[in-house]
Amino acid sequence: MILVVAEQRDGKLNRATLETVAAAQALAGSDPIKAVVLGQSVGAVAQELADTVSEVLTVEHATLAVYTPDAFATAVQQVVASAKPAYVLFPHTYQTRDFAPVAALRIGGALITDVTGINGTGQGATFTRPMFQGKLAAEVRHQGDGPRCVTIQIGAFRADAVKRGPAGAVTSVAVEVDASAIRQTPEAPFKEAKQAVDLGQAERIVAVGRGIKSQENIAVAEKLAKAIGAEIAASRPICDSGWLPMDRQIGSSGQTVAPKLYVALGISGAIQHLVGMKGARTIVAINKDADAPIFEVADYGIVGDLFEIVPALVTELER
Amino acid sequence: MKIAVCIKQVPTREWQPRLNDAKTWIREQDASYELNEPDAYALEEGLRLREKHNGEVVVCAAGPARVQQVIREALARGADRAIHVEDDSLASADASVTSAALAAAMSEERFDLVLTGLQSDDQGHAQVGVMLAERLQIPHSTIIMEVQVAPSTGSGQAASLRVKRELEGGWFQWIAMPLPALLTIQSGINQLRYATLKGIMAAKKKEIRKVALPAGLAAAQQIVTLALPTRSKQTQMITGSAPEAAKDLVRRLREEARAL
Repeated sequence: MILVVAEQRDGKLNRATLETVAAAQALAGSDPIKAVVLGQSVGAVAQELADTVSEVLTVEHATLAVYTPDAFATAVQQVVASAKPAYVLFPHTYQTRDFAPVAALRIGGALITDVTGINGTGQGATFTRPMFQGKLAAEVRHQGDGPRCVTIQIGAFRADAVKRGPAGAVTSVAVEVDASAIRQTPEAPFKEAKQAVDLGQAERIVAVGRGIKSQENIAVAEKLAKAIGAEIAASRPICDSGWLPMDRQIGSSGQTVAPKLYVALGISGAIQHLVGMKGARTIVAINKDADAPIFEVADYGIVGDLFEIVPALVTELER
Repeated sequence: MKIAVCIKQVPTREWQPRLNDAKTWIREQDASYELNEPDAYALEEGLRLREKHNGEVVVCAAGPARVQQVIREALARGADRAIHVEDDSLASADASVTSAALAAAMSEERFDLVLTGLQSDDQGHAQVGVMLAERLQIPHSTIIMEVQVAPSTGSGQAASLRVKRELEGGWFQWIAMPLPALLTIQSGINQLRYATLKGIMAAKKKEIRKVALPAGLAAAQQIVTLALPTRSKQTQMITGSAPEAAKDLVRRLREEARAL
Protein backbone atom coordinates (compact mmCIF):
# COMPACT_ATOMS: atom_id res chain seq x y z
CA MET A 1 0.00 0.00 0.00
CA ILE A 2 1.13 3.53 -0.78
CA LEU A 3 0.23 6.29 1.64
CA VAL A 4 0.06 9.87 0.35
CA VAL A 5 0.38 12.53 3.06
CA ALA A 6 -1.94 15.30 1.87
CA GLU A 7 -1.24 18.95 2.63
CA GLN A 8 -4.00 21.38 3.49
CA ARG A 9 -4.25 24.68 5.26
CA ASP A 10 -7.52 26.00 6.74
CA GLY A 11 -9.48 23.33 4.90
CA LYS A 12 -7.98 24.12 1.51
CA LEU A 13 -6.13 21.34 -0.30
CA ASN A 14 -2.65 22.19 -1.57
CA ARG A 15 -2.68 21.20 -5.25
CA ALA A 16 0.78 19.69 -4.91
CA THR A 17 -1.05 16.87 -3.10
CA LEU A 18 -2.80 15.89 -6.35
CA GLU A 19 0.55 15.82 -8.14
CA THR A 20 1.76 13.48 -5.40
CA VAL A 21 -1.32 11.27 -5.92
CA ALA A 22 -0.42 11.17 -9.64
CA ALA A 23 3.10 10.06 -8.65
CA ALA A 24 1.62 7.41 -6.34
CA GLN A 25 -0.50 6.12 -9.23
CA ALA A 26 2.62 5.85 -11.39
CA LEU A 27 4.42 3.95 -8.61
CA ALA A 28 1.55 1.75 -7.45
CA GLY A 29 1.17 -0.89 -10.15
CA SER A 30 -1.69 -2.93 -8.72
CA ASP A 31 -1.10 -1.82 -5.12
CA PRO A 32 -3.80 0.23 -3.39
CA ILE A 33 -3.23 3.92 -2.61
CA LYS A 34 -4.50 5.68 0.49
CA ALA A 35 -4.27 9.34 1.44
CA VAL A 36 -4.04 10.78 4.93
CA VAL A 37 -5.25 14.30 5.75
CA LEU A 38 -4.10 15.85 9.02
CA GLY A 39 -5.71 18.88 10.63
CA GLN A 40 -8.69 19.89 12.71
CA SER A 41 -11.70 19.77 10.38
CA VAL A 42 -10.61 18.17 7.17
CA GLY A 43 -13.80 16.49 5.93
CA ALA A 44 -14.09 18.61 2.79
CA VAL A 45 -10.46 18.02 1.84
CA ALA A 46 -10.95 14.28 2.38
CA GLN A 47 -14.00 14.32 0.08
CA GLU A 48 -11.98 16.14 -2.58
CA LEU A 49 -9.44 13.31 -2.57
CA ALA A 50 -11.87 10.41 -2.12
CA ASP A 51 -12.25 9.50 -5.81
CA THR A 52 -8.48 9.51 -6.42
CA VAL A 53 -7.53 6.82 -3.88
CA SER A 54 -9.01 3.66 -2.38
CA GLU A 55 -9.35 5.16 1.10
CA VAL A 56 -8.84 8.53 2.76
CA LEU A 57 -7.69 8.52 6.38
CA THR A 58 -8.56 11.65 8.33
CA VAL A 59 -6.57 12.54 11.42
CA GLU A 60 -8.31 15.30 13.35
CA HIS A 61 -6.81 16.66 16.53
CA ALA A 62 -6.63 20.06 18.19
CA THR A 63 -2.82 19.98 18.06
CA LEU A 64 -2.95 19.62 14.25
CA ALA A 65 -5.12 22.69 13.62
CA VAL A 66 -2.01 24.80 13.05
CA TYR A 67 1.07 23.12 11.61
CA THR A 68 4.07 22.41 13.83
CA PRO A 69 6.81 19.92 12.97
CA ASP A 70 6.58 18.23 16.39
CA ALA A 71 2.83 17.52 16.15
CA PHE A 72 2.89 16.48 12.49
CA ALA A 73 5.89 14.17 12.84
CA THR A 74 4.25 12.48 15.83
CA ALA A 75 0.90 12.09 14.07
CA VAL A 76 2.40 10.77 10.81
CA GLN A 77 4.54 8.32 12.79
CA GLN A 78 1.41 6.90 14.47
CA VAL A 79 -0.57 6.67 11.23
CA VAL A 80 2.30 4.85 9.48
CA ALA A 81 2.68 2.47 12.43
CA SER A 82 -0.96 1.40 12.16
CA ALA A 83 -1.48 1.58 8.37
CA LYS A 84 1.88 -0.10 7.56
CA PRO A 85 2.39 1.33 4.06
CA ALA A 86 5.25 0.15 1.84
CA TYR A 87 5.73 3.74 0.63
CA VAL A 88 4.92 7.12 2.15
CA LEU A 89 4.74 9.94 -0.41
CA PHE A 90 4.74 13.65 0.44
CA PRO A 91 4.51 16.72 -1.79
CA HIS A 92 7.91 18.47 -1.69
CA THR A 93 6.63 21.63 -0.02
CA TYR A 94 8.30 23.79 2.61
CA GLN A 95 6.02 22.16 5.20
CA THR A 96 7.12 18.67 4.18
CA ARG A 97 10.76 19.74 4.26
CA ASP A 98 10.17 20.95 7.81
CA PHE A 99 8.94 17.66 9.29
CA ALA A 100 9.34 14.70 6.89
CA PRO A 101 13.00 14.01 7.81
CA VAL A 102 11.98 13.66 11.48
CA ALA A 103 8.98 11.50 10.57
CA ALA A 104 11.21 9.27 8.41
CA LEU A 105 13.71 8.77 11.23
CA ARG A 106 10.95 7.93 13.71
CA ILE A 107 9.27 5.38 11.44
CA GLY A 108 12.63 3.87 10.56
CA GLY A 109 12.31 4.54 6.85
CA ALA A 110 14.71 6.02 4.33
CA LEU A 111 13.66 9.35 2.79
CA ILE A 112 14.37 10.32 -0.82
CA THR A 113 13.54 13.98 -1.43
CA ASP A 114 12.86 16.17 -4.45
CA VAL A 115 11.83 13.32 -6.75
CA THR A 116 11.11 14.27 -10.36
CA GLY A 117 10.70 10.80 -11.88
CA ILE A 118 9.76 7.25 -10.91
CA ASN A 119 11.27 4.25 -12.68
CA GLY A 120 9.35 1.00 -12.35
CA THR A 121 6.63 0.10 -9.87
CA GLY A 122 6.40 -1.38 -6.40
CA GLN A 123 9.38 -2.62 -4.43
CA GLY A 124 11.77 -2.57 -7.40
CA ALA A 125 11.22 1.11 -8.19
CA THR A 126 14.02 3.65 -8.36
CA PHE A 127 13.61 7.41 -8.16
CA THR A 128 15.10 10.23 -10.20
CA ARG A 129 16.10 13.42 -8.41
CA PRO A 130 18.33 16.38 -9.27
CA MET A 131 21.76 16.70 -7.69
CA PHE A 132 24.50 19.31 -7.95
CA GLN A 133 22.02 22.14 -8.56
CA GLY A 134 20.40 20.21 -11.40
CA LYS A 135 23.66 19.69 -13.28
CA LEU A 136 23.19 15.95 -12.79
CA ALA A 137 20.20 13.66 -12.38
CA ALA A 138 20.59 10.78 -9.94
CA GLU A 139 18.69 7.52 -10.01
CA VAL A 140 18.37 6.54 -6.36
CA ARG A 141 17.06 3.54 -4.46
CA HIS A 142 16.03 3.14 -0.81
CA GLN A 143 18.07 1.00 1.55
CA GLY A 144 16.81 -0.86 4.60
CA ASP A 145 13.50 -2.50 5.41
CA GLY A 146 11.40 0.37 6.76
CA PRO A 147 8.63 2.21 4.93
CA ARG A 148 10.11 4.01 1.94
CA CYS A 149 9.56 7.73 2.17
CA VAL A 150 9.58 9.97 -0.92
CA THR A 151 8.90 13.66 -1.52
CA ILE A 152 7.61 14.60 -4.98
CA GLN A 153 8.93 17.82 -6.53
CA ILE A 154 6.30 20.42 -7.47
CA GLY A 155 5.41 20.25 -11.17
CA ALA A 156 7.03 16.87 -11.79
CA PHE A 157 3.69 15.05 -12.11
CA ARG A 158 0.46 16.49 -13.46
CA ALA A 159 -2.46 17.07 -11.10
CA ASP A 160 -4.89 16.96 -14.03
CA ALA A 161 -3.60 13.50 -14.99
CA VAL A 162 -4.82 11.93 -11.73
CA LYS A 163 -7.03 8.93 -12.48
CA ARG A 164 -10.36 9.11 -10.67
CA GLY A 165 -12.70 6.22 -9.86
CA PRO A 166 -15.56 5.51 -7.48
CA ALA A 167 -15.14 7.46 -4.26
CA GLY A 168 -13.18 5.53 -1.64
CA ALA A 169 -14.13 5.32 2.01
CA VAL A 170 -13.23 8.13 4.39
CA THR A 171 -12.03 6.69 7.69
CA SER A 172 -11.23 8.62 10.84
CA VAL A 173 -7.98 7.58 12.54
CA ALA A 174 -7.23 8.52 16.14
CA VAL A 175 -3.80 9.73 17.20
CA GLU A 176 -2.38 10.75 20.55
CA VAL A 177 -0.44 13.99 20.44
CA ASP A 178 0.55 15.56 23.74
CA ALA A 179 0.08 19.32 23.36
CA SER A 180 2.69 19.99 26.05
CA ALA A 181 5.32 18.08 24.03
CA ILE A 182 5.03 20.49 21.08
CA ARG A 183 8.01 22.77 21.31
CA GLN A 184 7.28 25.22 18.49
CA THR A 185 4.74 28.02 18.97
CA PRO A 186 3.79 29.44 15.58
CA GLU A 187 2.23 32.85 14.93
CA ALA A 188 -0.11 33.62 12.04
CA PRO A 189 1.45 33.62 8.54
CA PHE A 190 1.86 37.06 6.96
CA LYS A 191 3.09 38.70 3.78
CA GLU A 192 5.95 41.16 4.04
CA ALA A 193 5.11 44.44 2.33
CA LYS A 194 2.24 44.45 -0.11
CA GLN A 195 3.63 43.11 -3.33
CA ALA A 196 4.08 45.94 -5.78
CA VAL A 197 4.16 43.69 -8.81
CA ASP A 198 2.08 40.64 -9.59
CA LEU A 199 4.36 38.87 -12.05
CA GLY A 200 1.68 36.19 -12.42
CA GLN A 201 -0.22 38.64 -14.64
CA ALA A 202 2.73 39.48 -16.89
CA GLU A 203 2.48 38.36 -20.53
CA ARG A 204 6.23 38.43 -20.97
CA ILE A 205 9.06 38.24 -18.47
CA VAL A 206 12.79 38.86 -18.81
CA ALA A 207 14.56 37.25 -15.86
CA VAL A 208 18.19 37.60 -14.83
CA GLY A 209 20.43 35.28 -12.84
CA ARG A 210 23.98 35.23 -11.54
CA GLY A 211 25.28 35.55 -15.11
CA ILE A 212 24.33 39.24 -15.06
CA LYS A 213 27.35 39.69 -12.76
CA SER A 214 26.59 43.14 -11.31
CA GLN A 215 23.71 45.42 -10.40
CA GLU A 216 24.71 47.94 -13.08
CA ASN A 217 24.34 45.25 -15.75
CA ILE A 218 20.64 44.81 -14.99
CA ALA A 219 20.13 47.80 -17.30
CA VAL A 220 21.13 45.48 -20.16
CA ALA A 221 18.19 43.21 -19.36
CA GLU A 222 15.85 46.14 -18.75
CA LYS A 223 16.45 47.40 -22.30
CA LEU A 224 15.36 44.03 -23.66
CA ALA A 225 12.33 43.97 -21.35
CA LYS A 226 11.30 47.40 -22.62
CA ALA A 227 11.74 46.33 -26.24
CA ILE A 228 9.35 43.38 -25.88
CA GLY A 229 6.97 44.86 -23.29
CA ALA A 230 8.11 42.51 -20.51
CA GLU A 231 8.36 42.72 -16.74
CA ILE A 232 11.83 42.31 -15.25
CA ALA A 233 12.35 39.46 -12.78
CA ALA A 234 15.21 37.47 -11.26
CA SER A 235 16.38 34.27 -9.66
CA ARG A 236 16.87 34.19 -5.90
CA PRO A 237 20.60 35.12 -5.66
CA ILE A 238 19.95 38.43 -7.48
CA CYS A 239 17.26 39.42 -4.96
CA ASP A 240 19.39 38.16 -2.05
CA SER A 241 22.10 40.56 -3.21
CA GLY A 242 19.58 43.39 -3.28
CA TRP A 243 20.10 44.03 -7.01
CA LEU A 244 16.34 43.72 -7.56
CA PRO A 245 13.56 43.84 -4.95
CA MET A 246 12.37 40.55 -3.43
CA ASP A 247 8.97 40.86 -5.08
CA ARG A 248 10.67 40.36 -8.47
CA GLN A 249 11.87 36.90 -7.50
CA ILE A 250 10.70 33.84 -9.45
CA GLY A 251 10.87 30.38 -7.89
CA SER A 252 9.74 28.29 -4.96
CA SER A 253 10.31 31.07 -2.44
CA GLY A 254 9.06 33.80 -4.80
CA GLN A 255 6.37 34.00 -7.42
CA THR A 256 5.18 31.26 -9.75
CA VAL A 257 4.53 32.48 -13.28
CA ALA A 258 3.24 31.13 -16.57
CA PRO A 259 3.69 33.95 -19.11
CA LYS A 260 3.48 33.70 -22.87
CA LEU A 261 7.22 34.33 -23.11
CA TYR A 262 9.97 33.86 -20.49
CA VAL A 263 13.50 34.96 -21.35
CA ALA A 264 16.11 33.63 -18.89
CA LEU A 265 19.39 35.54 -19.01
CA GLY A 266 22.37 34.01 -17.21
CA ILE A 267 20.11 31.76 -15.12
CA SER A 268 21.57 28.28 -14.61
CA GLY A 269 18.19 26.76 -13.74
CA ALA A 270 18.34 25.23 -10.27
CA ILE A 271 15.16 23.31 -9.48
CA GLN A 272 14.00 26.03 -7.06
CA HIS A 273 13.89 28.44 -9.99
CA LEU A 274 12.47 26.00 -12.53
CA VAL A 275 9.40 25.21 -10.40
CA GLY A 276 8.48 28.89 -10.58
CA MET A 277 8.62 29.31 -14.37
CA LYS A 278 8.51 26.07 -16.29
CA GLY A 279 4.82 26.56 -17.00
CA ALA A 280 5.68 29.45 -19.35
CA ARG A 281 4.44 28.81 -22.88
CA THR A 282 7.69 29.73 -24.62
CA ILE A 283 11.01 29.74 -22.79
CA VAL A 284 14.19 31.29 -24.16
CA ALA A 285 17.48 30.63 -22.37
CA ILE A 286 20.70 32.53 -22.97
CA ASN A 287 23.64 31.20 -21.00
CA LYS A 288 27.37 30.79 -21.49
CA ASP A 289 27.29 27.25 -20.07
CA ALA A 290 25.93 24.76 -22.64
CA ASP A 291 25.24 22.25 -19.84
CA ALA A 292 23.17 24.64 -17.72
CA PRO A 293 19.96 22.90 -16.59
CA ILE A 294 17.87 25.84 -17.85
CA PHE A 295 18.31 24.44 -21.39
CA GLU A 296 16.34 21.35 -20.31
CA VAL A 297 13.15 23.36 -20.14
CA ALA A 298 13.92 25.93 -22.85
CA ASP A 299 12.20 25.99 -26.23
CA TYR A 300 14.96 28.15 -27.69
CA GLY A 301 18.51 28.24 -26.45
CA ILE A 302 21.54 30.33 -27.24
CA VAL A 303 24.90 29.36 -25.75
CA GLY A 304 26.95 32.51 -25.53
CA ASP A 305 27.74 35.81 -23.88
CA LEU A 306 24.52 37.54 -22.87
CA PHE A 307 26.31 40.90 -23.00
CA GLU A 308 26.75 40.43 -26.75
CA ILE A 309 23.48 38.67 -27.53
CA VAL A 310 21.05 40.82 -25.57
CA PRO A 311 22.11 44.15 -27.17
CA ALA A 312 21.96 42.42 -30.57
CA LEU A 313 18.41 41.30 -29.74
CA VAL A 314 17.42 44.85 -28.82
CA THR A 315 18.88 46.15 -32.10
CA GLU A 316 17.03 43.48 -34.04
CA LEU A 317 13.72 44.19 -32.26
CA GLU A 318 14.02 47.93 -32.93
CA ARG A 319 14.69 47.41 -36.59
CA MET B 1 25.73 31.42 23.97
CA LYS B 2 27.39 28.33 22.54
CA ILE B 3 26.61 28.20 18.84
CA ALA B 4 27.41 25.41 16.37
CA VAL B 5 27.39 26.04 12.63
CA CYS B 6 27.41 22.97 10.39
CA ILE B 7 29.19 23.52 7.10
CA LYS B 8 29.76 21.45 3.99
CA GLN B 9 32.29 21.64 1.21
CA VAL B 10 30.73 21.33 -2.24
CA PRO B 11 31.95 21.63 -5.86
CA THR B 12 32.14 25.24 -7.10
CA ARG B 13 29.36 26.69 -9.24
CA GLU B 14 31.69 26.81 -12.23
CA TRP B 15 32.50 23.08 -11.94
CA GLN B 16 31.59 21.06 -15.02
CA PRO B 17 30.32 17.64 -13.95
CA ARG B 18 32.47 14.62 -14.73
CA LEU B 19 31.46 11.15 -13.57
CA ASN B 20 33.49 8.26 -12.20
CA ASP B 21 33.78 5.11 -14.33
CA ALA B 22 30.92 3.39 -12.54
CA LYS B 23 28.76 6.53 -13.06
CA THR B 24 27.71 6.42 -9.42
CA TRP B 25 29.53 9.54 -8.22
CA ILE B 26 31.51 12.47 -9.56
CA ARG B 27 35.22 12.38 -10.38
CA GLU B 28 36.30 14.14 -7.23
CA GLN B 29 39.84 14.73 -8.47
CA ASP B 30 38.47 16.99 -11.25
CA ALA B 31 36.35 19.14 -8.97
CA SER B 32 37.31 22.35 -7.24
CA TYR B 33 35.51 23.03 -3.99
CA GLU B 34 34.00 25.84 -1.96
CA LEU B 35 31.86 26.48 1.11
CA ASN B 36 28.22 25.52 0.51
CA GLU B 37 26.50 28.87 -0.01
CA PRO B 38 23.56 28.48 2.43
CA ASP B 39 26.09 27.38 5.08
CA ALA B 40 27.99 30.63 4.57
CA TYR B 41 24.81 32.49 5.55
CA ALA B 42 24.39 30.19 8.58
CA LEU B 43 27.97 30.96 9.62
CA GLU B 44 27.43 34.70 9.23
CA GLU B 45 24.26 34.49 11.34
CA GLY B 46 26.17 32.57 14.01
CA LEU B 47 28.92 35.22 14.07
CA ARG B 48 26.36 38.03 14.35
CA LEU B 49 24.57 36.28 17.24
CA ARG B 50 27.88 35.83 19.05
CA GLU B 51 28.64 39.53 18.60
CA LYS B 52 25.28 40.35 20.19
CA HIS B 53 25.07 37.71 22.92
CA ASN B 54 28.73 36.68 23.49
CA GLY B 55 29.82 33.07 23.63
CA GLU B 56 31.52 31.05 20.92
CA VAL B 57 30.94 29.78 17.40
CA VAL B 58 32.08 26.23 16.63
CA VAL B 59 32.05 25.06 13.02
CA CYS B 60 31.20 21.38 12.55
CA ALA B 61 31.81 19.46 9.34
CA ALA B 62 31.61 15.84 8.22
CA GLY B 63 33.73 14.94 5.22
CA PRO B 64 37.11 13.81 3.88
CA ALA B 65 40.42 15.55 4.64
CA ARG B 66 39.90 18.14 1.85
CA VAL B 67 37.08 19.70 3.93
CA GLN B 68 39.79 21.41 6.01
CA GLN B 69 39.84 24.09 3.30
CA VAL B 70 36.36 25.37 4.17
CA ILE B 71 36.89 24.80 7.91
CA ARG B 72 39.94 27.11 7.76
CA GLU B 73 37.91 29.61 5.77
CA ALA B 74 35.16 29.59 8.42
CA LEU B 75 37.75 30.04 11.17
CA ALA B 76 39.26 32.92 9.19
CA ARG B 77 35.85 34.58 8.98
CA GLY B 78 35.67 34.46 12.77
CA ALA B 79 34.57 31.06 14.09
CA ASP B 80 36.40 30.16 17.32
CA ARG B 81 37.16 26.49 16.79
CA ALA B 82 36.09 23.48 14.73
CA ILE B 83 35.03 19.86 14.91
CA HIS B 84 35.77 17.71 11.87
CA VAL B 85 34.35 14.21 11.51
CA GLU B 86 36.88 12.96 9.01
CA ASP B 87 36.34 9.99 6.74
CA ASP B 88 36.66 9.51 2.98
CA SER B 89 33.28 7.77 2.83
CA LEU B 90 31.55 10.95 4.00
CA ALA B 91 32.24 12.62 0.62
CA SER B 92 29.18 10.93 -0.86
CA ALA B 93 27.31 10.02 2.32
CA ASP B 94 23.54 10.51 2.45
CA ALA B 95 21.70 12.73 4.92
CA SER B 96 21.01 9.95 7.39
CA VAL B 97 24.70 9.04 7.70
CA THR B 98 25.91 12.65 7.68
CA SER B 99 23.45 13.70 10.39
CA ALA B 100 24.38 10.68 12.53
CA ALA B 101 28.10 11.43 12.13
CA LEU B 102 27.57 15.07 13.15
CA ALA B 103 25.27 14.16 16.04
CA ALA B 104 27.81 11.74 17.50
CA ALA B 105 30.52 14.40 17.45
CA MET B 106 28.30 17.25 18.65
CA SER B 107 26.05 15.78 21.35
CA GLU B 108 28.54 16.09 24.21
CA GLU B 109 29.13 19.76 23.46
CA ARG B 110 25.56 20.65 24.46
CA PHE B 111 25.24 23.60 22.10
CA ASP B 112 22.58 26.21 22.83
CA LEU B 113 21.94 26.80 19.16
CA VAL B 114 22.82 24.77 16.07
CA LEU B 115 22.68 26.44 12.64
CA THR B 116 22.89 24.76 9.25
CA GLY B 117 22.27 25.91 5.68
CA LEU B 118 18.84 24.91 4.40
CA GLN B 119 20.34 22.45 1.91
CA SER B 120 23.60 21.62 0.19
CA ASP B 121 24.45 22.54 -3.36
CA ASP B 122 25.73 19.00 -4.04
CA GLN B 123 23.28 16.23 -3.11
CA GLY B 124 20.68 18.73 -1.92
CA HIS B 125 18.65 16.38 0.27
CA ALA B 126 17.60 19.23 2.60
CA GLN B 127 17.44 16.65 5.40
CA VAL B 128 20.66 16.88 7.44
CA GLY B 129 19.62 19.82 9.63
CA VAL B 130 16.20 18.44 10.50
CA MET B 131 17.56 14.94 11.17
CA LEU B 132 20.36 16.37 13.28
CA ALA B 133 17.79 18.16 15.47
CA GLU B 134 15.93 14.89 15.99
CA ARG B 135 19.16 13.04 16.81
CA LEU B 136 20.19 15.76 19.27
CA GLN B 137 16.62 15.74 20.65
CA ILE B 138 16.18 19.48 20.27
CA PRO B 139 13.38 21.44 18.53
CA HIS B 140 13.97 22.88 15.09
CA SER B 141 12.60 25.17 12.45
CA THR B 142 13.60 25.46 8.80
CA ILE B 143 14.21 28.04 6.05
CA ILE B 144 14.79 30.85 8.54
CA MET B 145 15.09 34.51 7.49
CA GLU B 146 15.52 36.20 10.90
CA VAL B 147 16.68 35.06 14.35
CA GLN B 148 15.83 36.79 17.63
CA VAL B 149 17.27 35.44 20.88
CA ALA B 150 15.71 36.27 24.23
CA PRO B 151 18.38 35.47 26.83
CA SER B 152 17.55 33.78 30.10
CA THR B 153 16.27 36.36 32.61
CA GLY B 154 17.72 34.57 35.59
CA SER B 155 14.32 34.49 37.31
CA GLY B 156 13.44 31.07 36.00
CA GLN B 157 12.69 32.32 32.49
CA ALA B 158 14.71 30.08 30.15
CA ALA B 159 16.44 31.43 27.05
CA SER B 160 14.27 31.22 23.96
CA LEU B 161 14.14 31.94 20.26
CA ARG B 162 11.77 33.75 17.97
CA VAL B 163 12.49 33.09 14.30
CA LYS B 164 11.02 34.18 10.99
CA ARG B 165 10.36 31.18 8.80
CA GLU B 166 9.89 31.54 5.07
CA LEU B 167 6.80 29.90 3.60
CA GLU B 168 6.11 29.58 -0.11
CA GLY B 169 4.96 32.37 -2.40
CA GLY B 170 6.16 35.35 -0.36
CA TRP B 171 4.57 34.33 2.98
CA PHE B 172 6.39 34.28 6.32
CA GLN B 173 5.64 33.15 9.85
CA TRP B 174 7.17 33.86 13.25
CA ILE B 175 7.79 30.83 15.44
CA ALA B 176 8.88 30.76 19.06
CA MET B 177 10.72 27.86 20.67
CA PRO B 178 12.94 27.17 23.67
CA LEU B 179 16.71 26.79 23.49
CA PRO B 180 18.60 24.62 22.77
CA ALA B 181 17.31 24.45 19.21
CA LEU B 182 18.38 23.94 15.60
CA LEU B 183 17.63 26.26 12.69
CA THR B 184 18.22 25.77 8.97
CA ILE B 185 19.12 29.12 7.48
CA GLN B 186 17.90 30.49 4.14
CA SER B 187 20.35 32.21 1.78
CA GLY B 188 20.01 35.98 1.85
CA ILE B 189 19.24 36.25 5.59
CA ASN B 190 22.21 38.62 6.02
CA GLN B 191 25.13 40.18 4.17
CA LEU B 192 28.17 37.93 4.20
CA ARG B 193 31.52 39.07 5.55
CA TYR B 194 34.76 37.88 4.07
CA ALA B 195 37.93 36.86 5.82
CA THR B 196 40.46 39.57 6.60
CA LEU B 197 44.20 38.97 6.47
CA LYS B 198 44.21 39.19 10.25
CA GLY B 199 41.44 36.58 10.38
CA ILE B 200 43.36 34.27 8.05
CA MET B 201 46.47 34.53 10.26
CA ALA B 202 44.45 33.96 13.42
CA ALA B 203 42.73 30.92 11.91
CA LYS B 204 46.04 29.07 11.68
CA LYS B 205 46.22 28.84 15.46
CA LYS B 206 42.61 27.82 16.06
CA GLU B 207 41.76 24.30 17.17
CA ILE B 208 40.29 21.75 14.76
CA ARG B 209 39.23 18.70 16.75
CA LYS B 210 39.19 15.61 14.56
CA VAL B 211 36.64 12.91 15.32
CA ALA B 212 36.45 9.46 13.79
CA LEU B 213 33.31 8.36 11.99
CA PRO B 214 31.31 6.05 14.29
CA ALA B 215 31.22 2.48 12.97
CA GLY B 216 28.11 0.82 11.67
CA LEU B 217 26.12 3.76 10.25
CA ALA B 218 23.81 2.30 7.60
CA ALA B 219 23.13 4.24 4.40
CA ALA B 220 19.47 5.11 3.81
CA GLN B 221 19.83 5.36 0.07
CA GLN B 222 22.03 4.26 -2.78
CA ILE B 223 22.86 6.15 -5.96
CA VAL B 224 22.28 3.66 -8.78
CA THR B 225 23.48 6.00 -11.53
CA LEU B 226 24.31 9.64 -12.10
CA ALA B 227 23.78 11.16 -15.53
CA LEU B 228 23.34 14.44 -17.33
CA PRO B 229 19.63 15.27 -17.13
CA THR B 230 17.42 14.44 -20.06
CA ARG B 231 15.67 17.34 -21.70
CA SER B 232 11.93 17.47 -21.19
CA LYS B 233 11.53 19.69 -24.23
CA GLN B 234 13.01 19.62 -27.69
CA THR B 235 15.19 22.68 -27.31
CA GLN B 236 16.06 24.44 -30.55
CA MET B 237 19.62 25.65 -30.15
CA ILE B 238 20.35 28.79 -32.11
CA THR B 239 23.91 29.31 -33.27
CA GLY B 240 25.92 31.89 -35.16
CA SER B 241 27.35 35.29 -34.29
CA ALA B 242 25.42 37.45 -31.83
CA PRO B 243 23.64 39.48 -34.57
CA GLU B 244 22.84 36.31 -36.54
CA ALA B 245 21.54 34.47 -33.49
CA ALA B 246 19.51 37.53 -32.45
CA LYS B 247 17.93 37.81 -35.89
CA ASP B 248 17.11 34.09 -35.98
CA LEU B 249 15.63 34.12 -32.45
CA VAL B 250 13.43 37.17 -33.08
CA ARG B 251 12.13 35.62 -36.30
CA ARG B 252 11.29 32.34 -34.54
CA LEU B 253 9.63 34.08 -31.62
CA ARG B 254 7.47 36.03 -34.06
CA GLU B 255 6.69 33.34 -36.62
CA GLU B 256 6.92 29.97 -34.82
CA ALA B 257 6.14 30.71 -31.19
CA ARG B 258 4.03 33.83 -31.83
CA ALA B 259 5.33 35.10 -28.53
CA LEU B 260 6.12 38.67 -29.67
